[in-house]
Amino acid sequence: MASKSLRQATTGRERASEHEGFLRYQSYKWLKIALGISAVALLIYAFNDVQPKPNGGSIYGYTTGTIGVLLILWLTMLGVRKRAITPGRWSLKSWTSAHVYLGLSLIVIATLHTGFDFGWNVHTLAYALMMIVIASGVFGIATYAMLPQALSANRGETTQVQMLDNLRMIDRQLNEAAQPLDAEGAAIVRMALDDDPFGGGLIARLTGHYRKCGTRAALAAVRAHPGRKEAAADPYDHVEVLLERKRSSLSRIRKHLRLKALLEVWLYLHIPLTFALIAALFVHIVSVFYYW
Amino acid sequence: MADTYRIAIVGSGPAGMSAAAHAAKLGISHVLLEKTDHLSDTIFKYQKGKHVMATPSQLVLRSDVDFDAGKREKILGIWDEQTAAHKVNVRFNSEVKAITGQKGAFVLTLTDKTEIRAETIILAIGTQGNPNLLRAPGIETSGIHVQYQLDDPGEYVDEHITVVGSGDAGIENALGLAQDVAQGNIVTILNRGADFSRAKGANVKLLMQARDEGRINVMTDTSPNRLEAGHLVLDTRDGEARIRCDRVIARMGSAAPRKFIEECGIEFTSPDREAFPTLSPQFETTNAGIYVIGALAGYPLIKHCMNQGYDVVEFINGNTALKPADEPILEGKFVNLPVKKSVDEWLEFIRTNVQILNDLSPLQMREFMLDSEVRYYGKNDIIFEKNAPGSSLFCIAQGSVDIPLPDGRSTGIVIPEGSIFGEVGLVSGRRRGSTIRSIAETIVVEIPRNAILKLMASVPGVKRAVTRISTERQLLQMWQSGLQPADLAEVLETAEIKGVRAGEAIFREGEEGNDVYVIRSGSVVVEKSIGGKPVFLSYVPAGNYVGELELFDNGIRKQTVRAAVKSEVIKLGGEAFRRLLEAKPEFFARAKVAIGEREDLASFIEAKKDSFATVVDMYSSVANFLVDNGVGEATDVLLIDENLCVGCDNCEKACADSHEGISRLDREAGRTFAHLHVPTSCRHCEHPHCMADCPPTAIHRGQDGEVYIDDTCIGCGNCQRNCPYGVIRMEKEPPRKPSLWKWFLFGQGPGPGEPSHDWAYANATPGVEKAKRAVKCDMCSGIEGGPSCVRACPTGAAIRVAPEEFLTVARLQRDDA
Repeated sequence: MASKSLRQATTGRERASEHEGFLRYQSYKWLKIALGISAVALLIYAFNDVQPKPNGGSIYGYTTGTIGVLLILWLTMLGVRKRAITPGRWSLKSWTSAHVYLGLSLIVIATLHTGFDFGWNVHTLAYALMMIVIASGVFGIATYAMLPQALSANRGETTQVQMLDNLRMIDRQLNEAAQPLDAEGAAIVRMALDDDPFGGGLIARLTGHYRKCGTRAALAAVRAHPGRKEAAADPYDHVEVLLERKRSSLSRIRKHLRLKALLEVWLYLHIPLTFALIAALFVHIVSVFYYW
Repeated sequence: MADTYRIAIVGSGPAGMSAAAHAAKLGISHVLLEKTDHLSDTIFKYQKGKHVMATPSQLVLRSDVDFDAGKREKILGIWDEQTAAHKVNVRFNSEVKAITGQKGAFVLTLTDKTEIRAETIILAIGTQGNPNLLRAPGIETSGIHVQYQLDDPGEYVDEHITVVGSGDAGIENALGLAQDVAQGNIVTILNRGADFSRAKGANVKLLMQARDEGRINVMTDTSPNRLEAGHLVLDTRDGEARIRCDRVIARMGSAAPRKFIEECGIEFTSPDREAFPTLSPQFETTNAGIYVIGALAGYPLIKHCMNQGYDVVEFINGNTALKPADEPILEGKFVNLPVKKSVDEWLEFIRTNVQILNDLSPLQMREFMLDSEVRYYGKNDIIFEKNAPGSSLFCIAQGSVDIPLPDGRSTGIVIPEGSIFGEVGLVSGRRRGSTIRSIAETIVVEIPRNAILKLMASVPGVKRAVTRISTERQLLQMWQSGLQPADLAEVLETAEIKGVRAGEAIFREGEEGNDVYVIRSGSVVVEKSIGGKPVFLSYVPAGNYVGELELFDNGIRKQTVRAAVKSEVIKLGGEAFRRLLEAKPEFFARAKVAIGEREDLASFIEAKKDSFATVVDMYSSVANFLVDNGVGEATDVLLIDENLCVGCDNCEKACADSHEGISRLDREAGRTFAHLHVPTSCRHCEHPHCMADCPPTAIHRGQDGEVYIDDTCIGCGNCQRNCPYGVIRMEKEPPRKPSLWKWFLFGQGPGPGEPSHDWAYANATPGVEKAKRAVKCDMCSGIEGGPSCVRACPTGAAIRVAPEEFLTVARLQRDDA
């Protein structure tokens, strides 16, 4: 517009109005680097005639092994970078981007390091652990790429705390509505109130199917109740409405929790296995040098 | 009545009564004429049980009648008693209709045709009889009761009452109506501005307290638009609001009953409605022999009125050497100056030398000097440094100042004698924009922000002068290009400051017009109608101008410009502006580039409309959503792309860990549209609402435009209440956490992010009570690398944007390229 705004002229603070995700960061800079490294490793492997057969003890093997272990240790440092909020011109996004693509390049580097020499030993264990860590990471990338939109769409503009508050409010109303009911009716309402709506373990959390859902059972019981009159208003009507509201509210929260769990669950594999991998790597390195 | 009184006093308010009492004490023949059947009608009409205050507290009372703060009834009782004791000659039910004759032989004609003769006349009729009226459509038709005073707040029950005006009268009425909860009144008070500069501090405090207790609904930046049946439609900062309303009490000040006074042969200082009569330091008007004191003289406080009553009788009695009661205080202000003059000489010197004060009466000079300071600077003294805190206005009474460069050389910008500086402080609590140095022996008057706001509110001439100077400076600073004040003279003649409501159009596409609008505060959006739908073209923040496109063609507007938030624009005449462009080639060249850019943009949109109609549509609605969510008044705002956000809350944790353990943003809360989420986090508004009412003025704007709260915060919570976006928290600083490694290896402490209240409580240093303070985003000022929330986002979902960079169709172009 007309004249350049004045307040832009203050100091040289950088603004990040441009935005791009960690995968597309700087036009796939780290993807290009990772592909380059992999290609170089493959080329050398192809033209490098190691006798009697390719193995980790060759010069090439030592090089890829050293690069691999340093890379693994550096990739682990993402956990520190994420939590140590120190001053400086770092960006976690670029770290994540590098973490993803360099981590994937390990598939090539480490596999070539093995020289396809596998067996039931600690060396192959380290390789296997690494591949599981990478596989869980790939799952993570997939969830990061696909789920955020669903997470946002599902919650609308409510926060998790608000959703839970809403649930508590419905419970209070159910409790009120159950007061005029007889013992049988009270027992039905109690099915919904006494139930832990998020119990059911990891499977229920990840699938979103809660088989023993007390609210659903209570709703079925209310609808099937023989005491219901067709035309006239009865106290069960109100209970039914409230149970229906609780059911829909629950399905939203459960979906929210399912999506959040999917976005996190792979980390429970990724991170402990990383430590196991580092331990196995340590044993691998020590034993290789000890028995050399 | 054949006798001629030595003094006839018209009006028995505090001023007239005090004058009459002193005349009685001195044994001067006098008559006190009162329109009603009781003394002091203005005070009499105060609401029942009202606590009457005695300000300014530093002023000594000099009168034969006692006065101290207390209940209305008690004060009226004392006055009745003492006027009787002094044997004051009061004539009730005597309304003066006309005054004729001259000094020594005046004739006062009453409404009952009685004629009273007097040698001198003291007019002390106040201004209450002539209130400023509410002007809004629907006053007659809506059925809402509109009144201009409130006698007994106890009369009203279960009503929705809106008090318009937030001076003392309005605030006191509102407090009275809301005092007894059992009455069930729902009371709202409207304030046109953001500050309560016209009212006494104590009243403002009570009002804020009532608001916090939920007894009164206080709406600032709000004025009535129209009245509808049972409802009042208001213009607020964010657009129109409609509230229930049964009764409006308008307390918008009052003006002198000018016609009557002018018929008495008395001249006024200016033709403005709120101007006061021209007076000599002895209160004598331009018609010799007639004296004016009290509210009519421009002084509405009781203590001043009573002192003036005493003084004027002394003057009439020949004691012209009498000094006003505030003389010792004023003498103290001038005592340290190298030049010796009397107080009156000083006041006259300042009044005539300082442009903006030219319109003031000697009385008004005295009053505002009580709040101000006079300072002397030798050659090359620094008056204030860049970035120093301070919001006062400086007037140069003698000498001149310049703006030095950091190495001491001058920038060549000289502010001459008679002008002002530091006026940016009036706009908001920003720090000083540049260093000011005296370049001659200089005497300046430093006026505190509240005093000058009050002066601008009560004397239109001061407001005009200050506005003109600040407009001129604003334009010069904005445009630079080697423009000089003289170049702007013609454009400034046409300048007119206009307030625009949120959403209101400044001009519409297809209209005729070639005026140029400079955005002084707020921001506007530019739209163009394409295929019947308004398409958002760009966002223009304060400091830019719009409307110049039409200067060089047929003068038909090509675009619609509307205010994104409540804004102020300076309208400049198109012809004058064009002549300025033509006279200044450098300035013209820059403007031309901008015009070219805008025309390109418009034709780009035009070209796009067929192939990418939905893209443009989507862009328009996203832009409108952001503007609705306050991004329009932001200077820097945090946005989250919900396509990328995995909900890890690392932004919040990073925020807490880079700032004493308290997070200043709430990622999950806030509005979302088309996967663009505006979290609860500071927008660093152009005109921060939080700054409006900060008692220790602890909120400032920093170097990079960040709005921050310094250590002087007293934890009152005003900023938290004033923030429309809910981004300020009141929190105690939690104890220090063990290091990240201790947490990682040994599980010590709560880990990264904001610790829970339980942990903070359990680990607090025993016996040390930390106060809650206001906590808000400071844009990680002083932290290398910039805002932690953005740096710590693993996926790139969190971005910080300036709206003018983000809200432009140019982005569309780039994204598609």
